[in-house]
Amino acid sequence: MTRLSGGLIDRSKTLRFTFNGKGYTGHPGDTLASALLANGVRLVGRSFKYHRPRGIFAAGSEEPNALVTLRSGARAEPNTRATVAELFDGLQATSQNHVGPLNFDLLAVNDLLSPFFAAGFYYKTFMWPKVFWEKLYEPMIRRAAGLGAMSMQADPDAYDKGFLHCDLLVIGAGAAGLAAALTAARSGARVILADEDFRLGGRLLAEGETLGDAIAPDWVAGVEAELASLPNLRILRRTTVFGAFDHGIYGAVERVGDHLPTPQTVRQTLWRITAKRTLLAAGTTERHIPFANNDRPGIMLAGALRAYVHRWAASPADKVAIFTSNDDGHRTAADLVAKGMQVTAVIDPRRDAKALGQYPLYAGAVVSDTRGRLGLSHVQITRDGAPVWVEAGALGVAGGWNPNLHLASHHRGRPVWSDAHLAFLPAAAGGPPGLSVAGAAAGQGTTQAALTHGAQAAQAALADLGIAASLPDLPAASDAKGNQHPLWHVPGKHRAWVDFQNDVTVKDIKLAHQENMRPVEHLKRWTTLGMATDQGKTANVTALAVMAELTGQSIPQTGATIFRPPYTPVSLAVLGGGDTGPNFRPRRLTPTHPWAAAQGAVFVEVGQWMRAQYFPRPGEATWRETVDREVLATRAGVGICDVTTLGKVDVQGRDAGSFLDRLYANPMASLKVGMVRYGLMLREDGHAYDDGTCARLAEDHYVVTTTTAQAGPVYRQMEFARQCLWPDLDVQLISTTDAWAQLSVAGPNARKLLERVVDGFDLSNEAFPFMACAPLTVCGGLRARLFRISFSGELAYELAVPARYGNALMARLVQVGADLGATPYGTEALGVMRIEKGHAAGNELNGQTTAQMLGMGKMVSAKKDAIGTVMTRREGMLAESRILVGLQPVDPADPVTAGAHLFAEGAAQDTWSDQGWITSACFSPHVGSAIGLGFLTDGVARLGEVIVAANPLEGKSTRLRVVSPHFVDPDGGRLRD
Amino acid sequence: MLIPHPLLGPRDAQEFTYLGDASLLNRPDGMAEGALAAFCDYVYLRDNPAGVHRELWFHEQGDRSWLVVTRNTVTHEILGAELARDVALRRQK
Repeated sequence: MTRLSGGLIDRSKTLRFTFNGKGYTGHPGDTLASALLANGVRLVGRSFKYHRPRGIFAAGSEEPNALVTLRSGARAEPNTRATVAELFDGLQATSQNHVGPLNFDLLAVNDLLSPFFAAGFYYKTFMWPKVFWEKLYEPMIRRAAGLGAMSMQADPDAYDKGFLHCDLLVIGAGAAGLAAALTAARSGARVILADEDFRLGGRLLAEGETLGDAIAPDWVAGVEAELASLPNLRILRRTTVFGAFDHGIYGAVERVGDHLPTPQTVRQTLWRITAKRTLLAAGTTERHIPFANNDRPGIMLAGALRAYVHRWAASPADKVAIFTSNDDGHRTAADLVAKGMQVTAVIDPRRDAKALGQYPLYAGAVVSDTRGRLGLSHVQITRDGAPVWVEAGALGVAGGWNPNLHLASHHRGRPVWSDAHLAFLPAAAGGPPGLSVAGAAAGQGTTQAALTHGAQAAQAALADLGIAASLPDLPAASDAKGNQHPLWHVPGKHRAWVDFQNDVTVKDIKLAHQENMRPVEHLKRWTTLGMATDQGKTANVTALAVMAELTGQSIPQTGATIFRPPYTPVSLAVLGGGDTGPNFRPRRLTPTHPWAAAQGAVFVEVGQWMRAQYFPRPGEATWRETVDREVLATRAGVGICDVTTLGKVDVQGRDAGSFLDRLYANPMASLKVGMVRYGLMLREDGHAYDDGTCARLAEDHYVVTTTTAQAGPVYRQMEFARQCLWPDLDVQLISTTDAWAQLSVAGPNARKLLERVVDGFDLSNEAFPFMACAPLTVCGGLRARLFRISFSGELAYELAVPARYGNALMARLVQVGADLGATPYGTEALGVMRIEKGHAAGNELNGQTTAQMLGMGKMVSAKKDAIGTVMTRREGMLAESRILVGLQPVDPADPVTAGAHLFAEGAAQDTWSDQGWITSACFSPHVGSAIGLGFLTDGVARLGEVIVAANPLEGKSTRLRVVSPHFVDPDGGRLRD
Repeated sequence: MLIPHPLLGPRDAQEFTYLGDASLLNRPDGMAEGALAAFCDYVYLRDNPAGVHRELWFHEQGDRSWLVVTRNTVTHEILGAELARDVALRRQK
């Protein structure tokens, strides 16, 4: 065992877990990484390209190497960083990216082929022969690429999303974040404190420091207790603020249930936080120093080594060496010695380096190579050209610290290089408005400076909002600033890794330089540096420094790539936020839904609506049988259909008629009170937009209807016309689609049926002719509106009642009309009857068609300036000769296929001889064969001609006769009867 | 994004539907001479500035006001918002 004393783990409880099937134990407070190290496991995975053995490199979310698959079955989650996976009892983890066992990966042969996989290999290889690409190269690359594999099963867990608002959002709960949160919370401001860790404290948990009289974790606990008692502060643990978006909006993911064996409520929550001010106190990430063979398991960041020892009491090896270019590495060495560990060497390139404790110091030296096949065993130390080998099972590398300024550059804020810090610092301006940076992330890296800076930054941010906050008494803490020396890599002829996750070495950067991929954005894409799950958190700055050295430019001249959201990987599931399956979008039910469901109706999604598609009866084997019956019953007796989903807009005001004249291509102001008119709306570009009916209930009161699909957009357009184009008109609009249930009552017995429900209303043809409308009462006093309009071609009415009465009205009509053959019908029968009658619907109003094509060219009035009128006069529009026709198969057994294109008989079936297409098709029980509607060149002049419909997808052609689109009652006698 | 609604205060952009360039307020007179050419410009020609842009947003999930929002397309900074109706009425005077 390599567990030390102390640490922030609960030794009273033991958690069992497995890695690659083998059982281990750990304690609450452990991460998978700390538990593996404490169990002496160093080899945890294989590298991306070369399949080199890899171990744990970091102690936080920056981890590039230790990616594992967590859990199994449908919950299996690939590419999870072991360093942030909180240990739970029963956790299963497996390593990734190897063929055969982890310690004998067959694809390790790639390492021998490394010259082949150099920078830009994607672009340079697999180019020829061309035929090999699809059959050989691509499958091979796909198999070898990527790390973990998905489970390919549905995610069984629930996800959620939520909205939060605050005065101050504090990102990071280390020294600076806690001091800031305390300052802000005591002032009474609304504060959110978010940290990606499951425990507050940040780096304070990873150091053996004292704050005032208390050891650091105890001081943290005291602050946490006070924060928890304040109602105006919310602590979000296990929450990563992953992106800064516009106007103070931040995206955050709270891992609610990731640390539980089975998530209890939701697995993760996506928070959208709107913050008036934000403090980024995300601390720093250590960087390493590339040297030959620097990627063996056991080689890790020195600060991570310190964190494992202090926070998790986990030692990765008995003998440890440190390679450092700064005083902070010596601090690690001293801490390890104090913990009783054996430090075999501290290697420091500075000749004047001083030891901070009892350990062998190699001043003026570098690490020049390493040994150990599946884990580090020795390091080679070179001083003045003379190498020596020293035993070490772990090597801590300390190359300096980079501020975590990512969110500060999410609005393209360019970081600024600081020679004093040997790091990029957030720029004073250009970051997200309202965001300031505090603590180590702003270059205020000592504990004392971070505490003070955090408190001051919170005070300043709140002062901006007019909230006075006083600075809390902060404890005395370490203020040791430490010296550092710029050492960006150790030159040598062997491969030295810069980016572990993407297997990018110093040589690759040199090659990119040779090949003129020198700008940093090119460097990134040519070498894949800084890509994938870690986004180069431990690699980018080092790589820039190497490139700067090669180009002879300074680091600031070389520049930095732009950080973009997300800061750490975000699952697609949580971005969905639970909007899946039935929750994908709102589901709207029609007023008669309960009645239709009780009748056993089959429903169909129409946009958000669920509409009754047809009403099967016992004995009907196919949907067609049902639909044919509904059509024939309606045409023979009377059918009833819920048409509530058609959009309804109430238009009132002195100028209502004049307003509608400008919206519809045809005149509406001239419509008489008590009458209805068909109306066609155009888009401003002259194409047909939507159609419907327009009823005038009073001099200053119209009700217009739209298609179901365009109810929203048409209403939007009407408001645009009212507010933006003609604001001087006296007119008011409101959508009443959901307020009124509307039932279509169609068929020769429609009048007889309605007579049984209206309250003494004269329905005779003289009193209430075709296209009449009136307010009335039905069923003994129920407020209603009646419109004599027909979509089916039959004598028909639409009866509207307040929505809550729709269901009862449907039941009543079917009940009292039983002897008249009253039959409910659904959207299928509705569609069949409108095709039989030749009415245009969504298929014909597809945004590419014109009034002229619909056979309504003459409806477009030239006497008024309606939307779209002017543009119908364009040359190309006027020259359009395709027009709506009916189509009937010459052989009645043949099908008519919507979408098929139309050709003259004998003509080549290509684009140049295309004469139109079929828009709608169905089986017509009235005609006794399939029928269709379509747009055909010079259609009107070609009635009776036989043409060909081509269906190249099925390799079929059908001969069709061109007929009138009105298959039923072409004279319209039934409507007016 | 947050849109500063002149009547309702700051509202989330998710409540709005975006249309585009506020030049759509300047609809030509369809009955005037040369209307066709004027409409071709009105329908198809738009400036696409990198910088300050006046644009139309519809508060569809709200009070159904059309707004003219002045926004910097580069920084997304919102410089102002007013009711499109007020802008249109001013234009007519």
